[in-house]
Amino acid sequence: MVGIVGYGAYIPKNRIKVEEIAKVWGTDANSYKKGLFVEEKSVPSPDQDTITMSVEATLYALKRAQIDPKKIGAVYVGSESHPYAVKPSGTVLAEAIGATPDVHCADFEFACKAGSEAMFVCLELVRSGSMEYGLAVGADTSQGAPGDALEYTAAAGAASFIMGKDNLLAEAIETYSYMTDTPDFWRREYQYYPRHASRFTGEPAYFKHIIGAAKGILKKVKLEPKDFKYAVFHQPNGKFPLKVGKILGFKREQLDTGLLCPWMGNTYSGSSPMGLTAILDEAKPDDLILMVSYGSGAGSDAFIWKVTPKISEVQNKAPKTKDILNNNKTYIDYGTYAKYRGKIRKAE
Amino acid sequence: MREVAIIGVGMNKWGELWYKSLRDIFTESALLAIDDAGVDHIDSMYVGCMSSGLFVGQEHLSSLLADYLGVCPIPSARIESACASGGLALRIGFLDVASGASDIVLVGGVEKMTDVPVEGATFALSTAADQEYEVYSGITFPGLYAMMAQAHMHKYGTTREQLAQVAVKNHHNGSMNPLAQFPQKVTVENVINSVMIADPLRILDCSPITDGAAAVILCPMDIAKKICKKPLVKITGSGNATDTIALHSREDITEIRSTKVAAEKAYKMADKKPEDIDLAEVHDCFTIAEICVIEALGFVEKGKGGKATEGGLTALDGKIPVNTSGGLKSKGHPVGATGIAQVCEIVKQLRGEANDRQVKNAKVGLTQNMGGSGGSSVVHIMEVV
Amino acid sequence: MPAPKYWREIPQRYRLEGAKCKGCGQVYFPPRLICSSCKSREFEMVNLQREGELLTYTIIRVPPSQFTDQSPYAIGIVELDRGVKILSQIVDCDLDKLEIGQRMRIEFRKIYSEGEAGIICYGYKCVPV
Repeated sequence: MVGIVGYGAYIPKNRIKVEEIAKVWGTDANSYKKGLFVEEKSVPSPDQDTITMSVEATLYALKRAQIDPKKIGAVYVGSESHPYAVKPSGTVLAEAIGATPDVHCADFEFACKAGSEAMFVCLELVRSGSMEYGLAVGADTSQGAPGDALEYTAAAGAASFIMGKDNLLAEAIETYSYMTDTPDFWRREYQYYPRHASRFTGEPAYFKHIIGAAKGILKKVKLEPKDFKYAVFHQPNGKFPLKVGKILGFKREQLDTGLLCPWMGNTYSGSSPMGLTAILDEAKPDDLILMVSYGSGAGSDAFIWKVTPKISEVQNKAPKTKDILNNNKTYIDYGTYAKYRGKIRKAE
Repeated sequence: MREVAIIGVGMNKWGELWYKSLRDIFTESALLAIDDAGVDHIDSMYVGCMSSGLFVGQEHLSSLLADYLGVCPIPSARIESACASGGLALRIGFLDVASGASDIVLVGGVEKMTDVPVEGATFALSTAADQEYEVYSGITFPGLYAMMAQAHMHKYGTTREQLAQVAVKNHHNGSMNPLAQFPQKVTVENVINSVMIADPLRILDCSPITDGAAAVILCPMDIAKKICKKPLVKITGSGNATDTIALHSREDITEIRSTKVAAEKAYKMADKKPEDIDLAEVHDCFTIAEICVIEALGFVEKGKGGKATEGGLTALDGKIPVNTSGGLKSKGHPVGATGIAQVCEIVKQLRGEANDRQVKNAKVGLTQNMGGSGGSSVVHIMEVV
Repeated sequence: MPAPKYWREIPQRYRLEGAKCKGCGQVYFPPRLICSSCKSREFEMVNLQREGELLTYTIIRVPPSQFTDQSPYAIGIVELDRGVKILSQIVDCDLDKLEIGQRMRIEFRKIYSEGEAGIICYGYKCVPV
């Protein structure tokens, strides 16, 4: 048996509302709010990045796991916004939690799927017996180009999972990945903002891969949507995960617990992993959870988790994801947002 | 130990001295001191300077300044203890004469601060704090003293107006000092409405960035008696003490322990008590500093510095006039020169040469010079013979 | 910030490693080679507590150049539980509502970066509880 022994999430306190962004670009806020089902998004402070959020989410995961960080054999950070182009994020995280030097470190990148990728690899490393614990983080401070549709959703957050063999909070019953080469969203080297292929990001990209991964994993374990208490899909906006859930045969109540995007935005590599943390905060023993990520380029990782009785002991040992999301928010205007996100050109 | 006299003092107008270099301003003041003393040679020299390397890109002042003063090959040393460099240089010069090693010693202080932009000066000054555990977090010197002020206000009820009174008094004194950088008078309203720098300290709570130098000539008392034509002033007490470099490592953030300990040593050596002091020049780099310092010197009880200032204790006509020169606030604060300029003022007062700002019957004067947020302090007591 | 200078302090900046004197129990942050109190030269490594109380603070409105983008910001002296005092920025707070005695907790943050191309310096900051 392998699975999750500790989890945690982190969200910066700043929020910007869709109306505030729409006002600047002269667009219709309601069309975004209804069309994308998104109200507001999180914004990192100038002193926050993928690394700092990864550290905070992991310290929460450690509070729940109650393990010696020295026993962590791998530290993997999945992100498309690693602060350095060359120099790992994972080494900073590993030092900050005291896991160095007897540890394997790597940074993962696969658009919004980098976090679930890290989870996938950690599970397998633990399963193989080559290490006792593996740490997987999905985190992003994603940037949408000013005025682009992505600007309404590109947000900041992190989810951290410690994978192990014993004292599991949730067992990984099955994993499955579904990949093709599909150029729906990309960022070339030295480019500040990503580009996307507009509506091509939908049906042949997001929907095809998530549906492919979900159907594939369900077939492997011979389960049906009705067998699950919860399901969480990648959330580029609030609408897509609800739509893909409906296509797959899930009901709204199975999706609501893990749906964070309308109030948090798209945290890219953190998206479905953070949804999973929100579900684990409320889950009960024996609940089954389906999680499917999506990363442009393109592919999906699917996981089926079975919650264990230990979950109730740890849920309150660290802040819950929805409490972090809903409490202590600070709304900022577009000027502050532009300053915080480095969108203002200054003198050298 | 031999008795040590101060037989010459020299200081030029302070300010933004665009037309003068570090070597110019030092040499001018040194020559003034030499002329004031009427000596035809010096045996050794010490110069207090905090950071010529960062301010003007020049180290090795021992050679440079001896060279431009035309006194090579005499022994020469640069002394550094942040903003207390001048005070510490005096102490070293004093010990040099007292020990019998040298007879006529020049002690100077110099800082040329305006060759770098303001950010450069801020950085150079910040090196007096702990680089790794204070400055790393974004603290500035106004910030460190602001935290002392905040704690003092919280603990002792010191008011915003009382802080302002320090500036008002010192600018009033400085208005009578032709060498002061900012001789204009200010009101409490001016101070409390000036631009906020680090809450609760505003720009008029802070000493300025200044180019300046000062110098004094020391010699043993027996020689002084032969050559000095002015009232003889001797150094009767000298104390130097240290404290943790980081403000946060101190037990009591509102107390400047290094000054307290240095003062105790100086009082003991001079066989004087705080109440014997007729006037003092103290290190008012920020208004709160003067309040904490007069407490540490024992002029007032701990926590009463603000109230005493408001009550006029330290005014020119008060019981213990403090900073008759205008202090660092009005006269300016070229960091390495400050400790020596303080001595120049006390000597002038003790000789009765302070003109409009002359303190009547001034017999015993004290100088207090400190580095950083109080990590080092030097206190001297001088008496007119 | 030269990389070696930054790197050397990583155990303190990232995870608040201090040293506890084996002679008298005094905890030092950063670690030292000799105890100022009892002169013992033997220490054991300890991680500082991550919560404490605000002793004093200020708001920096004229910052050093590498902090310009963050200005104005609060800095305080915080006494961590079990007695070690640190100086740190206070973030995620209303600058008008800081109070001496307030409870604080440590978060891992970016302190500053060396322009667009230099190293990124991380460390501890305080957040009101």
